[in-house]
Amino acid sequence: MDFIPNTNKDREAMLKEIGLKSISELFRDIPDRIILKDKLKIPASMSEVGLFELLKGISKMNKVDFSYFIGAGAYKHFIPSVVKHIVARSEFYTTYTPYQPEMSQGILQAIYEYQTMICNLFGMDVSNASLYDGATALAESCIMASNITKRNEILVSRAIHPDYRQVVKTYCWAHNLKFVEVDYSDGVTSIDDLKLKINKRTATLLLQQPNFFGCVENLRGISDILHRNGSLLNVCVIEPTSLGILKPPGEHSDIVVGEGQSLGNPVSFGGPYLGIMATKHRYLRQLPGRLVGKTTDGNGNIGYILTLQAREQHIRRERASSNICSNEALCALAATVYLSALGKNGLRKLAELCLYKAHYLADRLEEIGCSIVFEQEFYNEFLVKVKDAKTVSKKLLDSGILGGLDIGVYYPELNNCLLFCVTELNTKEEMDRLVEIIRKCN
Amino acid sequence: MENPRELKYTKEHEWIRIEQDIGIVGITDFAQKQLTDIVFVELPEKGKRVEQGKQIATIESVKSVSDVFSPVSGEVLEVNNELGEKPEIINQDPYGKGWIVKLKIENKEEIERLMSAEEYENFLKEHK
Amino acid sequence: MQLIFEKSRAGRIGVSLPELDVPKRDGIISKDNLRDELELPEVDEVTLIRHYIELSRRNFGVDNGFYPLGSCTMKYNPKINEDIAKLEGFVECHPLQPNAQGCLRLMYELENMLCEITGMDAFTLQPAAGAHGELTGLMIIKAYFNEKGEDRKIIITPDSSHGTNPASSTMCGFRNMTLKSNDKGQIDLDELKKIINKDVAAIMLTIPNTLGIFEEHILEITKIMHKNGSLVYMDGANMNALLGVTKPADMGIDIIHLNLHKTFSTPHGGGGPGSGPVGVVKTLERFLPNPRIIFKEGKYNLINNPKSIGKVKSFYGNFGVTVKAYSYIRAVGSDGLRKVAENAVLNANYLKEKLKDVYVLPYNSLCKHEFVLSDEALPNGVTTTDIAKRLIDYGIHPMTIYFPLIVHGAMMIEPTETESKETLDYFIRVMGKIRAEAENKPELLHNAPFSMPVGRLDAVRAARNPDLRYSSN
Repeated sequence: MDFIPNTNKDREAMLKEIGLKSISELFRDIPDRIILKDKLKIPASMSEVGLFELLKGISKMNKVDFSYFIGAGAYKHFIPSVVKHIVARSEFYTTYTPYQPEMSQGILQAIYEYQTMICNLFGMDVSNASLYDGATALAESCIMASNITKRNEILVSRAIHPDYRQVVKTYCWAHNLKFVEVDYSDGVTSIDDLKLKINKRTATLLLQQPNFFGCVENLRGISDILHRNGSLLNVCVIEPTSLGILKPPGEHSDIVVGEGQSLGNPVSFGGPYLGIMATKHRYLRQLPGRLVGKTTDGNGNIGYILTLQAREQHIRRERASSNICSNEALCALAATVYLSALGKNGLRKLAELCLYKAHYLADRLEEIGCSIVFEQEFYNEFLVKVKDAKTVSKKLLDSGILGGLDIGVYYPELNNCLLFCVTELNTKEEMDRLVEIIRKCN
Repeated sequence: MENPRELKYTKEHEWIRIEQDIGIVGITDFAQKQLTDIVFVELPEKGKRVEQGKQIATIESVKSVSDVFSPVSGEVLEVNNELGEKPEIINQDPYGKGWIVKLKIENKEEIERLMSAEEYENFLKEHK
Repeated sequence: MQLIFEKSRAGRIGVSLPELDVPKRDGIISKDNLRDELELPEVDEVTLIRHYIELSRRNFGVDNGFYPLGSCTMKYNPKINEDIAKLEGFVECHPLQPNAQGCLRLMYELENMLCEITGMDAFTLQPAAGAHGELTGLMIIKAYFNEKGEDRKIIITPDSSHGTNPASSTMCGFRNMTLKSNDKGQIDLDELKKIINKDVAAIMLTIPNTLGIFEEHILEITKIMHKNGSLVYMDGANMNALLGVTKPADMGIDIIHLNLHKTFSTPHGGGGPGSGPVGVVKTLERFLPNPRIIFKEGKYNLINNPKSIGKVKSFYGNFGVTVKAYSYIRAVGSDGLRKVAENAVLNANYLKEKLKDVYVLPYNSLCKHEFVLSDEALPNGVTTTDIAKRLIDYGIHPMTIYFPLIVHGAMMIEPTETESKETLDYFIRVMGKIRAEAENKPELLHNAPFSMPVGRLDAVRAARNPDLRYSSN
């Protein structure tokens, strides 16, 4: 299958019409000694049936019928069938970036709706049309904060997801920004350590809400300290269904970023995901990524168009504040349909399901002698101490349960601690079974 | 539109009106035509010091971004805040209401390096 | 057409959620941390579906018609890839779970196949897009010179390069130096020799370049760069012209990024998700982002290398996109890949020859998979924008316009190999018709398009008074 419609007859006709004798003449501008004389050493072509069988076989090498109690940046939520059907429309997925707005009003309007919902959900004034994922959005927010404050030190809470911190560290190194970690205490970012590390070169502090341990951070107290110092507060929401219940971070922060995977996108072994970024009006021109704006045509009809493109790489080139071009439009569309389908009541109800179920599991684990490590408010993730994490994990795995994540490898001081995640998909029966197994082996 | 005779001009299409030791800076009619519809102007802070030939402001149109270079060295005294609401004033009246910054001129000798209106018009003809 | 918010009615909902099977509890979250307002639309499922289906009908994809967007390689997106990407075993796999050998195997094999296709020694699938791959590549260049103790600050890019090239350089703390193309639209060797010095870290080249022209002196260029101790980065966006014909490694390329959503048929999605894998020669392998996939004793594993630049994305990359690229390469196979390049290049040259007497072709030479026309000699004040907008009325997506910057009123046309001769002939006829309209009925072009839900939109108004979200007040 090569999806090439033209036959040899077509090709001969075309070559003749343009005065060429053979296909090889088309490559006479390439030095002969680098023209390949043999076929590439990859497998031969396959028909559709064989291809599907092969890939089905590969997919079956993954075990996905676990009872999942793991989150840590990728969350198993119910994805309504309406979402899957809309993003499967080829008018949406086989199109490119809407540079010709008159024939792309569909995706442009959908993104305008997305931008609106993100602003409402996160409590901000303006949102972009998406970035690659939460981690790169967090990294871009450092560059944005540095451009706004003209300072180059970035404070990063240790209570942020380890992968996210690593991506931020890499981007800071590349961009010559100083990366400084602020410790946590009792499961949340330490205000004492923040006061120690903040100075006149601090552009911003990065926080995750709820943080990697699942704990709810005190944004108001922290934002006061930063703003008095002329620094910004950047907050990252990796589990945005939490915003069905929790106060949006926009109130106390300057730049909000997020991971939109929970909003209608599957876990998919780590990608494609959805980077969210939103900010206040006054920072609009420093916002990287695409923006869709509303306008009119010559007859007064309302239409949508990519706007403020003078910020972007294809115009500013080396003066652009970011190099981003393609983003995650289809994933943003999925999130838009998801949020529309759930609506204000549905998202609230979904968040409550996660909240109550998670607290049910936490209570039952405490009953059998596992301590909840941090005494902080939490949404759907929490840290539990067990006697031996490896034993517990193995016993759970043998029973088809993927239990909490052993975070000792990221935080050596938190060994034998498991990070559990509960969503609306976990049933009481599943949770009772998990508790029973742990009770026997802890 | 005629290029006003009393102004001085730069090769980067800026003009400057000299009023004792204050210089009023803007971009020429040729420049505003090249940019087409201006959508945003990034102005410097008051008190900022600039050197002759260095960037002092940025002008955005839908399709491009251009730097405005200072015709002389000096300190920014005032910026045209009207451009915040209505950047299109530069398109409509580039030599009058479309002024961009007012500078305190540091070194009057630098003015001699600038072009007169005739010299600027010749320069435009040559570089078509 | 109304926004979804305008269709909202209190009390409506578009899903059914699972029931609560555990006790409720008050006061879990303190009042300070609770939100009051949640502004999201309330719509029923029928209204929801009709709304987004109507939006989909106001869009135009490769499945709707010819889409000759230069440098984007809008080839057909095979439907079998969509089915494969939806397999439960791929979609439901958590990135931190054990028993993910299927995912690791697919990524490992894809990395190997990309190595074979490009001649590189190692690949990473972590970058999420081409520009992201560029950034990753530049980080690798930075790490390489850091390790050598050489403080090289400059990246050279030709004036025809895509804007992401200099933008990515800046993001890595490099300075950009632009090299003017010669009158053949290629790198001027003498100019290059003039500006090269010990401060130059690398050159970023798109091959074939954005004019669709192959750098005939590529071997000398890479030789000059290597002699200077510099690296050569290839922007692989135009790889469709080279598949199975030549390998970038054989040209002397040290680092390359590929666009899976261009060359390897994964859908563009309206602006993503994409995937921008980066391939390197052996000496740069240790800098690739972590983790790396290894195959040992029958098992796939993830390991971290100490010299790695770190991570450029959470987890491993856009796995769901790489599945489609893997399927595509397996479907097309060793025999098919070269055919892809041959047909892509034939289709482009066919269009070029047929249009060069209708429009101005500034570089009248053999092209590869794309070519560029100019707006010179268009009568009656007709612009490139006018031509593009009029194409819409003929059911064709416009070509790339105003890029590359070195051609006045550039129109970059890339048909790809998945278009038939009849489609190409239709395009030629339409372009001829439009040229005649430019002569005789220019107002049709100035005011096009007429057949869309909206006419030409006011971009100035959108930029002067940005309205970026709906407000109910």
